[in-house]
Amino acid sequence: MSTDAESWERAAVAMALLRFAPGYLGGAIIRMRASPTRDRLMHPLKGLDLRRLHPTIADEQLFGGLDLAATLAVSHLVQSRGHFDAPCTALLVMAERCGSELGAKLAHQLDRDMGHCIIALDEGVDADEATPAALGERLPFHIAPDGRMPAGWALPAAVATRYDPTTVICSSEDLTTLTLVAAQFGIDSMRAPLLALRVARAHAAFQGRGEIDHGDLEIAVSLVFPHRATQVPQEPEAETEDATPPPPEPETEDAGNTQESLDLPEGDMLVEAIKALLPPDLLAGLVAPGTSRQSGGDGAGQKRKGNRRGRPLPSRPGRLDGQARIDLVATLRAAAPWQPIRRRQQPKARGLLIRPADIRLKRYQEQSDRLLIFTVDASGSAAMSRLNEAKGAVELLLAQAYAARDHVALVSFRGTQAEVLLPPTRSLVQTKRRLASLPGGGGTPLAVGLQTAALLAAQSRSKGLTPTIIVLTDGRANVALDGTPNRARAGEDAEQMARMIRSQGARTLVIDMSVRPQMSLRTLAGHCDGQYLALPRATAQTLTGAVSAALEA
Amino acid sequence: MKTPFPFSAIVGQNAMKQAMILTAVDPGIGGVLVFGDRGTGKSTAVRALAALLPPIKAVQSCPVNSPKAAECPEWAELGSKKLVSRPTPVIDLPLGATEDRVVGALDIERALTRGEKAFEPGLLARANRGYLYIDEVNLLEDHIVDLLLDVAQSGENVVEREGLSIRHPARFVLVGSGNPEEGELRPQLLDRFGLSVEVRSPNKVVERVEVIKRRDAFESDHDAFMTQYGAEDAKIQKTILSARKKLAKIHTPEAILHDCAVLCIALGSDGLRGELTLLRTARALAAYRGDKVLTRAHLRDIAPSALSHRLRRDPLDEAGSGTRVMRIVEEVLG
Repeated sequence: MSTDAESWERAAVAMALLRFAPGYLGGAIIRMRASPTRDRLMHPLKGLDLRRLHPTIADEQLFGGLDLAATLAVSHLVQSRGHFDAPCTALLVMAERCGSELGAKLAHQLDRDMGHCIIALDEGVDADEATPAALGERLPFHIAPDGRMPAGWALPAAVATRYDPTTVICSSEDLTTLTLVAAQFGIDSMRAPLLALRVARAHAAFQGRGEIDHGDLEIAVSLVFPHRATQVPQEPEAETEDATPPPPEPETEDAGNTQESLDLPEGDMLVEAIKALLPPDLLAGLVAPGTSRQSGGDGAGQKRKGNRRGRPLPSRPGRLDGQARIDLVATLRAAAPWQPIRRRQQPKARGLLIRPADIRLKRYQEQSDRLLIFTVDASGSAAMSRLNEAKGAVELLLAQAYAARDHVALVSFRGTQAEVLLPPTRSLVQTKRRLASLPGGGGTPLAVGLQTAALLAAQSRSKGLTPTIIVLTDGRANVALDGTPNRARAGEDAEQMARMIRSQGARTLVIDMSVRPQMSLRTLAGHCDGQYLALPRATAQTLTGAVSAALEA
Repeated sequence: MKTPFPFSAIVGQNAMKQAMILTAVDPGIGGVLVFGDRGTGKSTAVRALAALLPPIKAVQSCPVNSPKAAECPEWAELGSKKLVSRPTPVIDLPLGATEDRVVGALDIERALTRGEKAFEPGLLARANRGYLYIDEVNLLEDHIVDLLLDVAQSGENVVEREGLSIRHPARFVLVGSGNPEEGELRPQLLDRFGLSVEVRSPNKVVERVEVIKRRDAFESDHDAFMTQYGAEDAKIQKTILSARKKLAKIHTPEAILHDCAVLCIALGSDGLRGELTLLRTARALAAYRGDKVLTRAHLRDIAPSALSHRLRRDPLDEAGSGTRVMRIVEEVLG
């Protein structure tokens, strides 16, 4: 286990290297809440010309575009320069709020290899609040030091004679070593060893050497690989297996054993040496919940925020009423053809001549995406009879959801708890995976399941999705909200939760999976103002038919 | 922008490379979709493609790269009508591009300064007779996808806005790349791609090391590297050009047509698009390999990339559609 002090030490090295060669390295994710400590950590970068990027930054600011103010003033087209026209160091604030679209654009800028550097300040708390994966993938460092900053924390000093990192000599063995270590830790992306190579070069140059040595490799590996690792070499642990991100198209013979098929040279001394030198928290980091590695891996496919501004419609003429947003470009376009005529009428007027009739307003067609929250009873009683049927039904519904571009989420409840197995996503690959590995057994905490689903519904609604809750259960609620096995209380609690769902206004569909229809479930559906569907002897196919009919209704 | 990494220097990923080359032999195949993990060289390959494509002859000042002065659109005020040789356009369609930028719009500069109503061509115009590349295609906003679907179908871009009424040819090879973990692609768009390939990281350490070595050589010993692989790229380009000439003469036996139909029926792929793509791609492959007659071997080699994305998605099938296609191909073709 590494100590907190060591993690701060590594952070210091990373920051020093970033200051030394920002454009060569490309940047970092700094995952910390805003605080004086973070300011202190960031302080070394003060000397660089930092541009602040906000998650809602407009493309014109990033890549240049029409400079409206200047255009209006001189009445001919003035283009503004974007941040990325010249090599720059950008500070992406609130990176966890940045959409995958902006992430992709920034990633593209890094791919151009023009000497851009992006520091993503990530204040995310949960695994699904993280810097977009496409961007994180291209940033070598992931700085998330643990504990308090040690007193007297400072960057290592650079050696005066500076080499250019690009000219640092690297032997063929060093390249092989980095590739092998990456492979052993289950890092599939070929970018990781390349980034590590750059870090090693930068570190050698920083220390005033023109050739990579073992220490450089060690530093590079410890800074670049831990948060990308998906497995511990030769020590498969159940927990690590679970954490492995699913391959894109799971093929039975391929899935999971890609690593085994790696023809790793047995007993390679160099690899062993590097492994021995790896900081111990490389292993710890793998299983530590919350922080580092999740942001690179598991959070990838989850739609984090519903930045659904709706479908833009052509702007239309209108009056400025202080609420509508003006479409400046469209307004200019509308005014443009009239300029010569208006100029003749008002020869003394300056600038562009814009009349109220030219004003164009932006319009969007709000089209909220539907989210289907499958709330699946995985309790013992359900598992005995119908869990597999339910799984099959959900899978079939998923295929329909996919075709209709719906988002889906998966909540399961059993024992005393409910769990969000899959936050809202559109990725079939992920959903299939989670569903297949859904275990069964334990009591039926229906109330907790409903509560979790309701919470998820409320969250997703605030992100602009329209949630529908689909509960699949056999109805024998026997665990109360507080986790005690009390059938009467469990029923009351479930009823209360159902009323809460109704007050939220989420659409609900209760599917009765028990062998004989349960009156209590029909009542429950009534409480949440939802539909009730009894499927005493349902096959997956009839179930989907019934459900889609109910949803369309 | 630095010189892109040379195409021929990409290690492995043969299905992806083959698919891209075949669209260069016959642009009518209709594009390539590359889906897979991050860091597998998807965008590297597309960016490398530009250097590989044979140059086209086009009217110098034509905004849609017309091959003859007579074919230039009326709205284009041509400066020089001279025919020049220029690289095949490979146009990047950035995510979040506005509709104006994609289809073109009123030229605001000329409107403001001279009060003239003129058309400013968009990305679709620039991509005519070339390639349109969309990275992270599954994140593309729906309204842009709709636009693309329409234009890719008709081969023509029609703009009716702001008092403009403009049309121009927009025939391009659509290349998309993406990561399935970010979400799926709409079936309509999926179907629009002629070929689809899945890419994965190489699972042999030797290959991985080779990837890193070449990339490093590209960065540190740029000139020597470019000389070596530039020559390789030129060879591929030459083969593409000679394949284009041979394409029309490929003999297609009746039995092969029959095989195509049987394959598509067995797979239950929708519409005739699958069969046509299968046939076209197989022909392009034969031409590229210098064969004169289409054989089952050609079909077998390209069936997964031409058909796997046309199957109905079956979420219960864990095996993935590529495997399904291979299984049926083996049953049908033996």
